[in-house]
Amino acid sequence: MNYFHFPLEEWTNNFVNGWLLPEMSGFFDSISVALSSFIDGVTNLLIAIPAEIFAIILILLAWKLAGKGIALFTLVGCLYIGSVELWTETMQTVAIVIVSTIISVIIGVPVGIISAKNKVVDQIVRPVLDFMQTLPIFVYLIPAILLFGLGGVPAVIATFVFATPPAVRMTRLGINQVPEEVVEASRAFGSTPWQLLLKVQLPLAVPTIMAGVNQTIMLALSMAVVASMIGAPGLGSAVLAGISTVNVGLGLTAGLAIVVIAIILDRITQGLGQKF
Amino acid sequence: MNKIEVNNLTKIFGSHPKQGLKRLRNGEQKDDILNDTGMTVGVNQASFTVKAGETFVIMGLSGSGKSTLIRLVNRLIEPTDGEVLIDGEDITKMDKSTLIETRRKKLGMVFQKFGLLPHRTVLHNVAYGLEIQGVSKEEREEKAMQTIDDVGLKGYESSYPSQLSGGMQQRVGIARALTNDTDILLMDEAFSALDPIIRKEMQDELIKLQDRLGKTVLFITHDLDEALKLGDRIAIMKDGKIVQIGTPEQILENPANDYVSNFVKDVDRSKVLEAHHVMKKPEVLSTFKDGPRVAVRKMEEVGASSIFVVDKEKNFKGLLTIDDAIRAYKENIPMEDVLIVEDIYSTTTDTALNDLLGIAVDAKYPITVIEDGKLLGIISRVSILSGLVLGKEKDEVVSP
Repeated sequence: MNYFHFPLEEWTNNFVNGWLLPEMSGFFDSISVALSSFIDGVTNLLIAIPAEIFAIILILLAWKLAGKGIALFTLVGCLYIGSVELWTETMQTVAIVIVSTIISVIIGVPVGIISAKNKVVDQIVRPVLDFMQTLPIFVYLIPAILLFGLGGVPAVIATFVFATPPAVRMTRLGINQVPEEVVEASRAFGSTPWQLLLKVQLPLAVPTIMAGVNQTIMLALSMAVVASMIGAPGLGSAVLAGISTVNVGLGLTAGLAIVVIAIILDRITQGLGQKF
Repeated sequence: MNKIEVNNLTKIFGSHPKQGLKRLRNGEQKDDILNDTGMTVGVNQASFTVKAGETFVIMGLSGSGKSTLIRLVNRLIEPTDGEVLIDGEDITKMDKSTLIETRRKKLGMVFQKFGLLPHRTVLHNVAYGLEIQGVSKEEREEKAMQTIDDVGLKGYESSYPSQLSGGMQQRVGIARALTNDTDILLMDEAFSALDPIIRKEMQDELIKLQDRLGKTVLFITHDLDEALKLGDRIAIMKDGKIVQIGTPEQILENPANDYVSNFVKDVDRSKVLEAHHVMKKPEVLSTFKDGPRVAVRKMEEVGASSIFVVDKEKNFKGLLTIDDAIRAYKENIPMEDVLIVEDIYSTTTDTALNDLLGIAVDAKYPITVIEDGKLLGIISRVSILSGLVLGKEKDEVVSP
């Protein structure tokens, strides 16, 4: 099958080492600085809130959006995380999840809207999304370190790459799912394209978009744990520490905390989606 | 005045519509174009005009292009060729903002599947058209409440569409179209999704509404009975082409080709023909001053045993039988006192024969056609039956 020489490896290395790193480092540094102050801000805010108050807010939210059962689960879950002394790590992980979800939604939802409205954009965006979802994580995790250094920033970038596709796809789906007759009616009465989008398509797409956001959060959480390998602080690094020292107990303790957070976030965002 | 004028309007779906258009103009058939190029001819050089205040029905089976045609009229679908003049202005050449303005001010639309916004209440659905025009909240909601009342949905304004029955949802659709107060209403199979009883009810209400508002209505349907009932004029469509345009009577009596005659042969004439089609001029009308003697003599002349009585202004007074006339003469009672009034059914000129059948069976005397108190004609059982079998009556004169 080797019909012609295809030096992709060489080209990529030349591109990264010869141009991207020396020429663009200023650009990546400024992104890095901005992102890390964002992450630190959120992390510090979450840690600054007393655990008890945070737990109460979370329980009330769960009660309002997902019902009594989940509120009870949240109470037990928060007590567990506090009791195994993983509260700070949990907040670090949640901070990374929040930051990367915000970035994913801010970029993903508009891209989804545009690709629902424009076939050409859609045809370009879809393979890019496939690429983002299927490319092995470590292939871009390592370059992320080269560009952004160790810590939370490459974690957020890698998480963004991995978690954005559902937001784009579900937004596109939600808008395309709005019944043709409703869109036609809105146009027939003289809606401008913006009025159609804001008063008809987006409100009707919100439940589907929220399902996408829910998926984004779940993927962000799973990625935030993997990203501990590139120095992201949080529950992931506790798991990693457990694994590397063959401390099964620590691994399980931190692993359970991740599951607890995942269930709480999932149910609350699902409940939020159903409110629309 | 022509509200809507459509000239050579054509829509070809596919990759190279201009090529398809050339083929169409060379007289090629829709099927050949589809086979050769894979392009579908939706509407093929349709032309028609709709006058102000007219209800114009476009009728065709599914796939005949009628739904495409109505969407070309407000440019929900971009036409391939031809023009659509709304109040003399060609909508196909308008820029985006003029098009939007024209839709807002001139073209209301009602959809087969209602097209209501599920996340909005009835009130906010009905007010939508004004909302996007930037009309203030109080003003648009006041107008919306008015039309909601007009279509008989008062009390449902804060319900959501999913809480209403199909018929009620379509009332919301109609109210929404009326709120913008456009001269033109485009109705795309507006009643097709409703069950038969509700459909008939809505048709009757549309007719009533039309009497009051005098909108210009372009109505699409696949139901010939509906077309004949609602349409001042009807266009029949087949394969994207208009094959005949005419009044319901013209379509029924003189079908343009086999396709149309096939269509109309099963038509229930009782729903199409109206009282004025079969009514006859009553033979003799004796005014009061004639007195019973003259009345009796007139009855003898025509060999009838009763006669309808009107006053000088032709206002209907009642029916006089020969026995009563003789009694009045002998006992010297005024003729007014012996007239039969109560057992006589009366109807209006535009009542469908269908609605008269039941009455005709029970009635002892012919049905009278009365408008503004004046006797215009009478309908006997025989004339209803012959109308159903033969179509319209000859203008012959009978006596009861």
